[in-house]
Amino acid sequence: MTESESLHGSPVSWSRGQKVVHPSRQNYVALLKKLLDDGFTMCTDLTAVDYLTHPGRELPAGVEAERFEVVVNLISLTSKDRLRVRVQVPEADPTIASAFDLWPGTEAMEREVFDMFGVRFDGHPDLTRILMPEDWEGHPLRKDFAVGRIPVQFKGANS
Amino acid sequence: MTAVENIRQTSEGGQEMKPRSEIGARELMREVGAVLRLSEAEAAQLGQLPVDSDEDQTMIINMGPQHPSTHGVLRLMLELQGETVLRCKPIIGYLHTGMEKTGEDLTYLQGGTNVTRMDYLSPLNNELVFSMAVEKLLGIEDDIPERAVWMRMLLSELNRMSSHLLFLATNGMDIGAVSMMLYGWREREEVLRFFQKVTGLRMNHNFIRPGGLAADLPPGWRDDVLEILDMLPPRLEEYDILMTNQPIWRERLQGVGVITASEALALGTSGPILRSTGVPWDLRRDMPYMKYDEMEFDVIVGSYGDAFDRYAIRLNEVRESMKIVRQILDRMPSGDYRIQNKKVTPPPRGRIDESMEALIHHFKIFTEGFKVPEGEAYVGIESPRGEIGCYIVSDGGPKPYRIHMRAPSFVNIQALPHMMRGGLVADAVAVISSVDPVLGDVDR
Repeated sequence: MTESESLHGSPVSWSRGQKVVHPSRQNYVALLKKLLDDGFTMCTDLTAVDYLTHPGRELPAGVEAERFEVVVNLISLTSKDRLRVRVQVPEADPTIASAFDLWPGTEAMEREVFDMFGVRFDGHPDLTRILMPEDWEGHPLRKDFAVGRIPVQFKGANS
Repeated sequence: MTAVENIRQTSEGGQEMKPRSEIGARELMREVGAVLRLSEAEAAQLGQLPVDSDEDQTMIINMGPQHPSTHGVLRLMLELQGETVLRCKPIIGYLHTGMEKTGEDLTYLQGGTNVTRMDYLSPLNNELVFSMAVEKLLGIEDDIPERAVWMRMLLSELNRMSSHLLFLATNGMDIGAVSMMLYGWREREEVLRFFQKVTGLRMNHNFIRPGGLAADLPPGWRDDVLEILDMLPPRLEEYDILMTNQPIWRERLQGVGVITASEALALGTSGPILRSTGVPWDLRRDMPYMKYDEMEFDVIVGSYGDAFDRYAIRLNEVRESMKIVRQILDRMPSGDYRIQNKKVTPPPRGRIDESMEALIHHFKIFTEGFKVPEGEAYVGIESPRGEIGCYIVSDGGPKPYRIHMRAPSFVNIQALPHMMRGGLVADAVAVISSVDPVLGDVDR
């Protein structure tokens, strides 16, 4: 566990014995492409975290903490290995490239992240809400979206 | 209210399937189920309407959310030409209750009640993966007592059996073998009766908790399990007679909803869907957790990737789970059923009257909850439907900062457009059934 460990030019950290890569937003898809070529053929999970109220988290040197973080979990069936990719996405411009072209299975997961966090995925074929109603305001899993005491937003609820 | 207003009230806007003239090529590709990187010519061909001079019109219809064969509130929009499905788009979210948001407001001890309701057909697997993620964050994953680990395995395998038995029931029902529904339900009830005896509840047990389990196994549990193990094999033989070797059953399932290995991998599917294509991937064997590496069992794989393979895999996985349960019965050790760590485990009732410290620990655990060190961790295990994963971020407090469940059904239903293209509407029912989605798991 050296300080300067890296994978395809992106810093690597270890979290509870699990390997995590931290690419920049620009390198994100390029890194995923390389990992796919390395044998990480399955993209198990893609989600995001809103770090609004918990800014001081540990990140390897050179990675600047932003409000949102997109987290991708990959599996290699040949080496039976897991790998996690964490990308910082700034609040001012919450967009990131889509991994749809590499793993079409990320389609629904990216839509869920868009729905819940408002992070936009460039190149996604159909970026619409997936779990919330179409006319819902806001993104529920953001930390500034309060629980409870919100006006009922379902259609026709007031009439 | 006019008809137009009525439609507007129930419309999901951009989430719905639109006519071909209104969507781009990429969205069309997605809805016809194009998976792998194709050449442009191939892709264009895939999206083209089949030539049929008599009937060149297509129709977009809704199947669900209220439809008996959609397993809850799954809604599919299908583009049909005659009886052939050209495009399909699953529209979900009708059962969305914001459980990941709710989870951020519950302590780690309360979290079990929340996650157990996600995939309501395998509640113990949900609890297990949640507990394992919390234990990983606490750094106590290697300190869980032996008996707790074996009990967890016992419950997890019995849960796999009950879930697959329910699949056999609903699959039979969807295809038209109504008597199968009664049989599957009957056998599952026997397993649920055991769960009720152990946990107090038939479903939503909240029995597996961070640090161990809620209680020890009740007296006579071994006989109850043996009774289930003795009861099932002849019944499974009956299923074989009733369905597996029956020509009508085979006609309905063979060659329906075919998917290849590379497509299944690209779509991220796991569990019986991935195994039906011939990929021998089972987390219990390939990334063993608990004591699965010491267990003797086979990973069942298919070869055609069709609905029949998925049916046969689940039927035989019940048999494999029974094998594992027998081994667990032989090796179940005695000892503690939960970790004796005062910060995580509530003290026994008797200690509270005697010890001030025990009273404080009890009070702290049930009011504030125990604190989990800062960090993040992902744990994935094999649930009956595929990989169920739990990603928890902790900010050092008594509640998770973020809890995300990787729901196998949510990912698996993405394969529906691919499996359905070119099939018949009647086969659509068989395809949905063979994916075995649980909508509580899809929508969370």
